[in-house]
Amino acid sequence: MDDLKLTKYIPKDFKSDQEVRWCPGCGDHAILSAVQKALAELGIPKEKFAFISGIGCSSRFPYYMDTYGFHGIHGRAAAIASGVKVANPELSVWQMTGDGDALAIGGNHFIHVVRRNIDINIILFNNEIYGLTKGQYSPTSSKGIITKTSPYGTVEEPFSVGELVIGAKGRFFARTVDTNVALSTQIYIEAARHKGTSVIEALQNCVIFNDGIHDTIAARDVREDRTIILKQGEPMIFGKNNDKGLILEGLKLKVVNIGENGITDKDILVHDSQEENPGIHYMLANMKYPQYPVALGVIRAVPGPTYEAAVADQIETVRKNAKIKSVSDLLMSGSTWKVD
Amino acid sequence: MVRKSKVIEREEVVIRFSGDSGDGMQLTGTLFSDTAAHFGNDLITFPDYPAEIRAPQGTVGGVSGFQVHLGHSEINTPGDFSDVLVAMNPAAIKANANLVKQGGTIIYDSDNFTDKNIAKAGYEKDPVKEEKLDAFNVIAAPISSMVKEALKDLNLEPKMILRTKNMFALGMVYWLFGRDLEYTEDYFDKKFHKLPDIAEANKIALRAGYYYAETIEALSPVYKILPAKIATGTYRNINGNTATAWGFLAAGEKAGLDIFIGSYPITPATGILEEMAARKDLGVKSFQAEDEIAGICTSLGASFAGHLSVTSTSGPGLALKSEAIGLAVMTELPIVIVDVQRGGPSTGLPTKTEQSDLMQALYGRNGESPVVVIAASTPPDCFHFAFEAARIALEHMTPVLLLTDSYLANGTEPWKVPDMSELPKIKPRFADPKDTPFLPYKRDEKTLARSWAIPGTPGLEHRIGGLEKTAKGTVSYIPENHEYMVNVRAEKIARVADKIPDLVPQGPKSGDMLLVGWGGSYGYLITAVRELQEEGYKVSLASFNYINPLPKNTADVFKRFKKIVICELNLGQFADYLRMKHQEFQYHQINKVQGLPFTVTDIKEKCIKLLEEN
Repeated sequence: MDDLKLTKYIPKDFKSDQEVRWCPGCGDHAILSAVQKALAELGIPKEKFAFISGIGCSSRFPYYMDTYGFHGIHGRAAAIASGVKVANPELSVWQMTGDGDALAIGGNHFIHVVRRNIDINIILFNNEIYGLTKGQYSPTSSKGIITKTSPYGTVEEPFSVGELVIGAKGRFFARTVDTNVALSTQIYIEAARHKGTSVIEALQNCVIFNDGIHDTIAARDVREDRTIILKQGEPMIFGKNNDKGLILEGLKLKVVNIGENGITDKDILVHDSQEENPGIHYMLANMKYPQYPVALGVIRAVPGPTYEAAVADQIETVRKNAKIKSVSDLLMSGSTWKVD
Repeated sequence: MVRKSKVIEREEVVIRFSGDSGDGMQLTGTLFSDTAAHFGNDLITFPDYPAEIRAPQGTVGGVSGFQVHLGHSEINTPGDFSDVLVAMNPAAIKANANLVKQGGTIIYDSDNFTDKNIAKAGYEKDPVKEEKLDAFNVIAAPISSMVKEALKDLNLEPKMILRTKNMFALGMVYWLFGRDLEYTEDYFDKKFHKLPDIAEANKIALRAGYYYAETIEALSPVYKILPAKIATGTYRNINGNTATAWGFLAAGEKAGLDIFIGSYPITPATGILEEMAARKDLGVKSFQAEDEIAGICTSLGASFAGHLSVTSTSGPGLALKSEAIGLAVMTELPIVIVDVQRGGPSTGLPTKTEQSDLMQALYGRNGESPVVVIAASTPPDCFHFAFEAARIALEHMTPVLLLTDSYLANGTEPWKVPDMSELPKIKPRFADPKDTPFLPYKRDEKTLARSWAIPGTPGLEHRIGGLEKTAKGTVSYIPENHEYMVNVRAEKIARVADKIPDLVPQGPKSGDMLLVGWGGSYGYLITAVRELQEEGYKVSLASFNYINPLPKNTADVFKRFKKIVICELNLGQFADYLRMKHQEFQYHQINKVQGLPFTVTDIKEKCIKLLEEN
């Protein structure tokens, strides 16, 4: 019974002794709090968590967690985390990253970890700006944005995180907003339970260099009309009065008002995050205000074989019938001769 | 008229197989060396091939060569010049004519000496005349037409038939050296057990070549090389890349650790990853990463998680891994980075050998970033030094850079298989689970190594990373702390000198000249030094395998010689390093940067000149 008790945690158990050094009002504080809440709910022994990060404000995260942690180098967290997970599949591995770390300098590792479907949970803090280097545009910054390195506005198209994940054969994609701790906690729990790479885009506010970037959709007074929280098996309804919904018209999604033009609850699309075909997930992930509400919640969660399990299986299968069982066997294998 | 071939007993002989990169010269050479090794000769091989998989046919740039030096006594180099050259086309003559000993034998496929091929190779009409090869024993064998004739009863496509030309040539060489065909025939039976026609075709071509040589008897003299007198035991042929991979496997077994290799394919290091990937039977987790950086970063992750971790690469890949090596220095995690050196800079000469990554290995990182650097000196001792690299990494909690080179990676030598029970046990520095709270940078008093707390161990949760830390593991920008940590990391590496063997000079402990080399040039240097000693010169050799830190007795060895001459395949990187570390001595240099190993002749000439400069 003692063992069972030991795995019962409260969020505080995951707080390290390090002073949290993010700016006051930074969205990271709320993400840290949601992650600590989620971990306490998972029932996984504390020593089995490993938090891996790259470089950037978000990548300081491991220092604040009383778990195993590895603060890596810029862009490489996905690769380090991949090594940790393949070496020890028993661990619950989390990658903390930002829009620059994951999608610019670490873009290559990001798409490949997703393609391989290694069971790590990636929380991508998206504030559409470079914070730690004090305010340059990122690969998710809107086209035309004026920053220190784009004084006349950027001329390049941004990445959409969900689009990239699905394009890289991703099987789990969710989106949350830093301030919505309850939703975030729930999503992190689902991500942890999903076997395979889980990518969670956390829309995060940089209070210093890009303050209010997500307010258009996430501010308290507008969020119900401008976002939709997707729930498995439930109709895609949103709005302050729950009177708006999504339907498929031709090949596109369309926002409709329930009760108008003969539209009833039954016409509204029902969310199925487990559908293998990514078509609808792709459209949901790419919905942008004002044409659409921005989708939050678990958009895609399709189980599939993981890389590390396949590696372990292959080793087990090969070992079963192998003639070589030790290095001595190997040294004597094949063509040898004796000198007397 | 019956003429008996003259049989010449020789101490040693060098054979070079040379042809188009599609002619199968590498296989031909390998089969010949394996047969010689089974017979009991000592030998060294030197595959020399172009970077292009199928370079333009018939051109000098497309020539692929495989040189074997075999002997009745100890062999340390693939030989400077060949006694026998097998040339499958005119370009092979062009590429090698000046590498054949005066009076040596040249066998060539006369069917392939068409006007077109002769022109492609840059000759006007007759390569033999134009190269003035009349003094050589030149055998024009119509190999292509003879394999067509020999295989006409088999129902094979003409293209397949011509592919057996190399085996016809090999058969001729076997007769020349009085070798048995059995080993090679067995090889075909095994290799093509699902394609018996192909196995049969190769065997017929091989025998046809053998009998052809016997019939024409023009191949005089016949060489007889007796088996070498070597230590008793079980032997096998091994190349440097395989030996490197096996050294890590042995280290994993001796440390009781699972092995992880994260790598990206790169010539000439790929063989290490390939061999490790094949060793699923020994539980190796191999990860072909998306790039060089991911190669080392996945390995570093696996090291954090408690595996013996390695990453293999060549010079350009080492450059890409620099930042992550710095991270390994900072986090003090055990990892071995193998750099199989090739000609540089940039893409350079991907398939050729050089020793020009030394400075990159020692200093190619930002900040004060010391790592242990060691170098292997023969194909088989890549096993020993891979084992050593892993031992030092695990026992001293540090990245270790192991330098080999293209010459070692691809070269083959007979190797007395070690007894695993004779290898030392490796003791990784696992943290004591009772030692809580775990302080990641608390150190062993003697070695200054930190402990390794593996994720999954209750109570040892901790954070490491690239930012400067205090001993407790807290991020710190305190100036004095940074200076302290920089010094302690440097001192940790310096103290590895306590755990490595002394430098042992080969030859007398004092004399007129000490030849100094490191890593892969050993074979050439020892041969040159022994020949010079026989000629009466007071010369010894100091060949370094441990480069950072240097063996403690380095100065003690150096000071007993009048001249110190550093020989290396670069412009003098080790010489400059020694000038920094041991300023009290004056250093002379012998350097070569042609993408090729030294030649014994060249080293000897330069040494004698230096000796006479008194």
